[in-house]
Amino acid sequence: MKFIDEFRDPQAVKTLITQIGTALKGVDPSRQPLQIMEVCGGHTHAIFRFGLDKLLPEGIEFVHGPGCPVCVLPRGRIDDAVTLARQPGTLLCSYGDAVRVPGDLGSLLDAKAAGADVRIVYSPLDALALAKQNPDKQVVFFAIGFETTAPATALTLRQARQQGVENFSVLCHHITIGPPLRAILDDPGVRLDGLVAPGHVSMVVGQSPYQFIVEEYRKPVVIAGFEPIDFLTALLGVVRQIADGRAEVENAYKRAVQSAGNAVALRAMAEVFTLAPKSDWRGLGAIDQSGLMLSDAFAEFDAERRFGLKPTQVAEPEGCGCAQVLRGQLRPADCPLFGKACTPSAPVGALMVSSEGACAAYYQYRSPQD
Amino acid sequence: MCLGVPARIEAIVDAEQQLVTVALSGVERNVNASCIWPESPETLLGQWALIHVGFAMALLSESEAEQTLSALAAMGAEEHEMADFSGLGGAQ
Repeated sequence: MKFIDEFRDPQAVKTLITQIGTALKGVDPSRQPLQIMEVCGGHTHAIFRFGLDKLLPEGIEFVHGPGCPVCVLPRGRIDDAVTLARQPGTLLCSYGDAVRVPGDLGSLLDAKAAGADVRIVYSPLDALALAKQNPDKQVVFFAIGFETTAPATALTLRQARQQGVENFSVLCHHITIGPPLRAILDDPGVRLDGLVAPGHVSMVVGQSPYQFIVEEYRKPVVIAGFEPIDFLTALLGVVRQIADGRAEVENAYKRAVQSAGNAVALRAMAEVFTLAPKSDWRGLGAIDQSGLMLSDAFAEFDAERRFGLKPTQVAEPEGCGCAQVLRGQLRPADCPLFGKACTPSAPVGALMVSSEGACAAYYQYRSPQD
Repeated sequence: MCLGVPARIEAIVDAEQQLVTVALSGVERNVNASCIWPESPETLLGQWALIHVGFAMALLSESEAEQTLSALAAMGAEEHEMADFSGLGGAQ
């Protein structure tokens, strides 16, 4: 979609684009194009799907951030899940998004084809129900995602404990949104000017996890919903802050995001999880205190502990440009692997893995010349 | 998985377990509503909520729900989220 009249409210889109152009006039031309990161994979997909970058003035350039949990899931973690799935008497439950992602041992779907009992579930509660229905099996839930899905895992584990479901455990790879942003901002080669933050994560965590970005790095942050008008409104907020020399966390998604987040979800997460000393990110490497592990109080539900699993480390593939794309130093099509060795049907790098990854979106909606 | 989908709360299934039935495009399923549970649960009836992996995470206005659904549809993500929502059995 590149024609304004295809939007739900074309006039509002037109007005916002004009306002962004006007705000940009207040920004020192030597700073343009501004590099603005859309943190969330949903926003990345929307930008390409709606052709928003083509509609906007040339003074704005998008950097596609690390907020696609399937993309950043390390290959070693997939191998851990496959290893557990292959154990006799085990039933491994995963979200559908993760089962096609290949690790060194193949994908979970490959493991299923080879005879492992792998089930796709919509909710961790479905995995818990399967554990109750199959008392003779060990049921492992492959828990992935940011703070949008972590509360669901936490609340399910509370239920497992209340109901005394002993054959249920969790292979935990929940991650948090702040630390990868810090790792990217700390890179001396990165020149980000502002960030559009994801509304759905903020619904859970509120505004405070972004506060360090404005206080320590002096970059504006605006929280956005997923409608193109929401996104453009947030982008206008970022450009206006840059023009005014301000750096604040603004919320352009007030209809759903409370500044303090969701208290019930945060309490459940605090009870069930603790920060892991270090977590691996596909495309970014290991980042300190960026992921969640089960707290001591819930350690009995930790599949790694229950099955004596040693986490697998798999090196990033050679020649892969994901790390530079995530830092705004390389466009997807400029990666030597893009569209050749690395395609959505045979992804090599993190950002080609899911349709919310920048490279997969670029591959789907753009010609290589764009 | 991570975008979530808006659905309308149709019934309270189990107040103790904080389970409600939600409906979207004629598909119903039970979800856990503990993150949005109010003092008077009946006030939830008819409201829209954003559903993430079997949990209602926030209440939305009807217009916000419509906007989110139209954005998901236009992104081609609605089919994916709906398939997840409808095809994989109800939360117990």
